[in-house]
Amino acid sequence: MRYLPKSDEERREMLAEIGAASIDDLFASIPAEYRIKRDLDVPRQQAESEIVAYFRAAGEKNSTGYASFLGAGAYRHYRPVIIDALVQRGEFLTSYTPYQAEITQGTLQAIFEFQTMIAELTGMDVANASMYDGSTGAAEAVMMAVRVTGRHKAVVAATVHPEYREVFATYAQHQGLPTTIVGYDAKTGRVDLAALDAAVSAETAAVLVQSPNFFGVVEDIPAIAEIAHAKGALLIVSIAEAVSLGIVRPPVEADIVAMEAQSFGVALSYGGPFCGVIAAKEQYVRQMPGRLAGQTVDGAGNRGFVLTLATREQHIRREKATSNICTNQALVALMATIFMAVYGKEGMKELAEHNLAKADYAAKTLGGQPGAKLRFAGAPRFHEFVLKTDEAPASWSQRLLDNKIVGGVELSRWYPELANCTLWCATEVVTREQIDAAAKVLAGVEVEA
Amino acid sequence: MAATENPGPHTLGKVRPQPSQNEALLFEKSSPGKRAYKLPPLDVPAVNGEALLGSAVRKHRAELPELSEIELIRHFTRLSTWNYAIDLGMYPLGSCTMKYNPRVNEFVARIEGLAEAHPYRPDALAQGILEVLDLLQRCLLEITGMDAITLQPAAGAHGEFTGILLTRAWHASQGNPRKKVLIPDSAHGTNPATAAFSGYTVENLKSNADGGIDLEALARQVDEETAALMLTNPSTLGVFESQIHKIADVLHAKGALLYMDGANMNALVGKVRPGDFGVDVMHLNLHKTFSTPHGGGGPGSGPVACKKFLEPFLPIPVLVRNEDGAKHCPDAGDWEDTNAEPTADGCPPLFRAPLPITNLNQNQDGAKHLHWEYNRPRSIGRVRAFYGNTGMFIRALAYILANGPDGLRQTTEDAVLNANYIRKKIEDLYELPYKTASMHEVVFSDKRQAAQGVKTGDIAKRLIDYGFHPYTVSFPLIVHGALMIEPTESESREELDLFIAAMRSIAREAEEDPELVKTAPHSTRVSRLDEVQAARKPILRWKPQP
Repeated sequence: MRYLPKSDEERREMLAEIGAASIDDLFASIPAEYRIKRDLDVPRQQAESEIVAYFRAAGEKNSTGYASFLGAGAYRHYRPVIIDALVQRGEFLTSYTPYQAEITQGTLQAIFEFQTMIAELTGMDVANASMYDGSTGAAEAVMMAVRVTGRHKAVVAATVHPEYREVFATYAQHQGLPTTIVGYDAKTGRVDLAALDAAVSAETAAVLVQSPNFFGVVEDIPAIAEIAHAKGALLIVSIAEAVSLGIVRPPVEADIVAMEAQSFGVALSYGGPFCGVIAAKEQYVRQMPGRLAGQTVDGAGNRGFVLTLATREQHIRREKATSNICTNQALVALMATIFMAVYGKEGMKELAEHNLAKADYAAKTLGGQPGAKLRFAGAPRFHEFVLKTDEAPASWSQRLLDNKIVGGVELSRWYPELANCTLWCATEVVTREQIDAAAKVLAGVEVEA
Repeated sequence: MAATENPGPHTLGKVRPQPSQNEALLFEKSSPGKRAYKLPPLDVPAVNGEALLGSAVRKHRAELPELSEIELIRHFTRLSTWNYAIDLGMYPLGSCTMKYNPRVNEFVARIEGLAEAHPYRPDALAQGILEVLDLLQRCLLEITGMDAITLQPAAGAHGEFTGILLTRAWHASQGNPRKKVLIPDSAHGTNPATAAFSGYTVENLKSNADGGIDLEALARQVDEETAALMLTNPSTLGVFESQIHKIADVLHAKGALLYMDGANMNALVGKVRPGDFGVDVMHLNLHKTFSTPHGGGGPGSGPVACKKFLEPFLPIPVLVRNEDGAKHCPDAGDWEDTNAEPTADGCPPLFRAPLPITNLNQNQDGAKHLHWEYNRPRSIGRVRAFYGNTGMFIRALAYILANGPDGLRQTTEDAVLNANYIRKKIEDLYELPYKTASMHEVVFSDKRQAAQGVKTGDIAKRLIDYGFHPYTVSFPLIVHGALMIEPTESESREELDLFIAAMRSIAREAEEDPELVKTAPHSTRVSRLDEVQAARKPILRWKPQP
């Protein structure tokens, strides 16, 4: 086996030194009746060339070469090549959690830079080293708010990503955390502020909203914050599209931001690994879940970084920890760190403007087709929009697929009231040509395949 | 060996110092006007952000750094050189299974059709990746001897959470979700944290004189309110619970379940299967046993495998192979294992390997399509958006394919051989608190060295000077001053001998010059860092100097 650095002769010598007659001696503590005496029924040992061929075939079977207008929590952006070049350095790729700070300063400094840039973008004071993804980050943010406030009810906007809400429901179900779902304004697609005001009480630990929300609409965060804070609840803002922060006002009124940083240079990879992160106001840091890197000095006064405030964590506090999280998404957070540094202060804005422009053109073009109409048209949005069509999406989406275009996601799957409505996304990598082609096919015009 | 017998100038065992570059923070290197990006010209009309977004527009740019591409390459390359890594040498962190991360895994995970697939693309356009997931699921079920599986959990602790929720859902379906979870005092901290997170009371189970489960104590503590025992097997001492089936029997007699923390599966693959020795539900760590890279702390992946009575409760969605995707039950004709009992809802068990997996290149066009099944009313719900850390599934499957059945077994044997070799070679110098047979890891204590004031943490730091990453320090908690050493199968005899020489040399230093050890490391960019100051006045982000 090519990964194993021993000859049979070496194995025999080592066994002899141990004083074992055969390798079976070392497994003698396993009762014989449970030891398996056959080969596992898994594929035979494959050559590297066979492995590559197998996965290439799988990739091709996946059907490539489609133009895509899919977003809904997973976004396709251009990924600068230096990201992959750098994260494949073995010193990053094959090192462990930086508990031994003297020999992991590289990882620790990069985490510190990640935390700084996330805090800067979100308008929060501090950010952690990462969470699994945006959905679990949002759920853990609510648990954090429960610890901060000592209250045991939650209010969640219906415009939060439906799968994030499902994850939250799973997390909350055994926490004794009754949850009220607040609907949206049918005209703007924004949280119904009157309903929110009615739902928030003196027992509410947190209000969880998403902005831009699942319909791509930017929520009125100052107004929502006022409602939450009037009753002493914390405001948690979930951000599924990190690139939006280049042009959309950061949710500075929030107490906690739970973000998905996949857009920062991370491949779609069929939904993972992505990169969640929790950022918050400084006074809540001791209730945060997850790892934190902090600055300190060594014996000679050199600046260095360590994992800190570990008394929040499971390996110290066990059942009293702020979370059970241990492994996080470190390497993906490093990808996001490099992405943020590549685009930098000017580029993050310029990139966001390109997204805004593409989506604006796509919304106007697609929404201008006969039988199609833009929903929630009056509200500010980033790079996603909801299209309502007279024709059933099942019918035109097949037509699009025949033309190698994947159209928007059907919303009735999660919002039965939004029949014939689809959620479209146009990032900077979508071309005008693709938008025009999609519009023609949608309208039923023959196009050259 | 040669390197230690004749170390030469400035050489300690396997290392020799070389300069490492200083590098400031990105923000300290930034200057306005520098760029590392260039966007293509817009092919649609430009827009005015302020006009489109109104009061929702961002007024001030975020203070991100401004640097050129070469500076970024140097920045992160310099940082990388400050890290120790498996690619540099042995990384014997007990419980963490720091094995070789094959590069072909990285290569195939980046194949365009897999890496660029959007999670909401229609199932019909995702058959390639679904086939990969299906094959991985079948392999993992075969390896564990379990009946059904979910790949959704993002890491080991997330898998624990999922597994305990399955347990809870099943108990609830029997009329009582029960109140407590038993956890041995040797367990990982994630176990009690998970149980508490899932709404259970944690009850500690004291280990017996061998560091294993005390059957009598277990029998006393398990009752009708016990949901499960969370057991790591082999234990965190690296010891196989030889009474495992009796443990399962004691639990099952009271209706409690046996949860296995699969952190130590690297000792078992191809030799014994948890499903055969009474485990009801378990998680795997693909980033441990199945070689996906740790990446400085993640991403991981924590699939949960269970027996068929827990299958109806699995998180949604579940991967199903059938005709039109309309039926809840897969076609019974698909399944070879006709002896298996139907599940509670009358369906045959999902995911029993229906085909012998022999020819990967077999044209599967004739096979029925795979799709995601959402209509599962008894499911615990979702634990994560989308389907899990798919990129890790690709890497884990590549690892399994590279090994095959013989390679997987040999891997396990080598991992156990390496740990026992280290044990034999240093047990005369380090206290072995439990003499029971070691499997893939061995746990010593610092008892003898502590007499000179040298603690496990000091020995660990001194190992750094010898060119090794430390072992796991002060864990498991049942061993005072623990040194937990897991070499994995990836170490050659030469590397092991260098490690052994280093450990022996440090034991000597602890006798002759304890200060040398207590102030280690002496060869790193930074010496021991002030963790107290870091926690007392946390500086968690850079801020410009006023």
